[in-house]
Amino acid sequence: MQVYFFHLMPYGDLDIAEADKYNSAWVTIPNTNFDTQKGMKLYNRYIGELELADQLGFDGVCVNEHHQTAYGLMPAPNLIAAALARSTKQAKICILGRALPLVNNPVMIAEEFAMLDHMSGGRIITGFVRGIGSEYFSNSVNPTFSHERFYEAHELIIKAWTDTGPFSYQGKHYQFDYVNLWPRPVQTPHPPVWIPSQGSKETIVWAAAPERKYTYLQTFSPYPLALKAFNAYREEAQKMGYEAQPSQMGWAVPTYVAETDEIARRELKDHIEVFFNKFLRFPSIEMRLPPGYSSISSTKTLMELKFKNRTSSTIDTLIDNGMILVGSPETVRQRIEHCQKEMGFGHLMAMLQIATMPADMTERNIRLFASEVMPHLQGAVKPQLRAIA
Amino acid sequence: MRETMVDVRGTNVRMLEAGTGPSLLFLHGIDGPSADPLFSELSKSYRVLAPEMPGFALSPIPDWMMNVGDAAYFTMDLIAALGLPQVHLAGHSIGGWIAAEVAIRSTHALASLSLLAPAGVMPREAPGHDVFLLSGDESVRVLFHDQALADQELAARAGDPLDIILQNRAGLARLAWTPRMASVILPQWLHRIDIPTFIAWGREDRILPFSTHETFVREIAGAHFLELPGCGHAIPVERGAEVARAMGAFMNGAR
Repeated sequence: MQVYFFHLMPYGDLDIAEADKYNSAWVTIPNTNFDTQKGMKLYNRYIGELELADQLGFDGVCVNEHHQTAYGLMPAPNLIAAALARSTKQAKICILGRALPLVNNPVMIAEEFAMLDHMSGGRIITGFVRGIGSEYFSNSVNPTFSHERFYEAHELIIKAWTDTGPFSYQGKHYQFDYVNLWPRPVQTPHPPVWIPSQGSKETIVWAAAPERKYTYLQTFSPYPLALKAFNAYREEAQKMGYEAQPSQMGWAVPTYVAETDEIARRELKDHIEVFFNKFLRFPSIEMRLPPGYSSISSTKTLMELKFKNRTSSTIDTLIDNGMILVGSPETVRQRIEHCQKEMGFGHLMAMLQIATMPADMTERNIRLFASEVMPHLQGAVKPQLRAIA
Repeated sequence: MRETMVDVRGTNVRMLEAGTGPSLLFLHGIDGPSADPLFSELSKSYRVLAPEMPGFALSPIPDWMMNVGDAAYFTMDLIAALGLPQVHLAGHSIGGWIAAEVAIRSTHALASLSLLAPAGVMPREAPGHDVFLLSGDESVRVLFHDQALADQELAARAGDPLDIILQNRAGLARLAWTPRMASVILPQWLHRIDIPTFIAWGREDRILPFSTHETFVREIAGAHFLELPGCGHAIPVERGAEVARAMGAFMNGAR
């Protein structure tokens, strides 16, 4: 198994009492709640945490893209990746991912990733996403074109990386008379493409297709939902005539370790509850699921699954749902090994900094995880495949 | 109301129809095709034809419908497919915008134009609400000034299938996401509307602010304007009978 540190880079200094005056941590919460002096310290601290992970032997460090929110301060994740390209030495740098439909020039995403591939010595892993619903409000992009733009931008980027330039591309949403990348990417045929998602069937089928075999990354999900997604991926692969490998599946999960289960739970409690109840707070279901962002049937399923009777999360419900990993190193290691056997993933993206978690606590978590949990996992996934349940 | 299907160059359109008399094509607002008491009153003197715009209610968004201009050209094809030589064209909200987009392209087939709180023009002041962030009951309440009528509407809609609500929002988003409910360029071309034009607006409209009427009234020569005090965005429901009579009187004079 390969082990990564996935950082969301939240605005950890958020004044929760002040933020409670608004019904959202996204798009509509005024940015007067952001303190630039604290912001400068946070960026440097967070980049330092990812550099530490590189030094401690993590297989990779991960960043992602979100807009106009206290949840994550990386509207341009490639800027962080560029800093890491110089300051890290071994770890893969994973940008999970860029939100393709939000841009009017996907060629620029191809160009930036190609630059990063050079600057990092071929260490980047790219991620392609559609962006979450709220980002269609913050980026003014029509959500009814989300799927079309995603597929078209993806096609254009892959062509830009692999076809001989200059060539012309004439799509419904994107038209370019000249596509001719300088630089082309270092990795051949192109940098790995991963697909982070929360379990959309359409996405799973698309990622698993034999011409892509993109690594599917399940993020923030109750355990049964994540298991279902991985099973669906394997089933789709089998339908399409091949066996999905563990390397084609990744699981991203908030993770916290301390000396004992009890200490770990006590220390994590406030931060994880703030994370789910405040940082993931949206004013309405309409902001999560703008019109046309998903098909009518998917929208209905999501409304049922994720938003109906939604009560606030406690650390106990989060543990019961399998949304988080928390405990002593032994507990967390056993839990990961159990989940791996059931789910079959080959990549674990541990989210080791959560919401308001301060620097000292985060560093202890990173170090303890790296010394007591990670060595048992790295290289532990056997090549043989489990049967589909 | 009679219900028929009309084939418009391969796109099937569900059409509600009522009454006899001169033809009046009514383009629905943000919530799909029903609009009483406006229809029942109009159908006393007109043959009211109310199509379900592609992308709304039971119809998925067609691939060719990229923006409001496509909806306008489609409406022109629909008028041709119906074989209506001279039709009174009316529309509410998003439907008013589409009707105006038809009329700036050509008034050739039109006897008159009626715009009830039409979208299409950027409001001077920010509207109180983002129509795409409204949730649950609030999304209905905000359409009304008279909350007793909102209560009735909510009761009437209680059984509406979620599929239709979601499709209506998707259809609206396709046409009106950016800029919200408006076109940057429409005011430039409103002067081309050279047929008798009736405009009505609710003083208490919380979706499209009342002051937005000024651009329409200024740019469309000879436009007749009806101000509706104590009325919100849902003109066909809140003041349907009164507006239908005013429209009727106006169109009578227009013939």
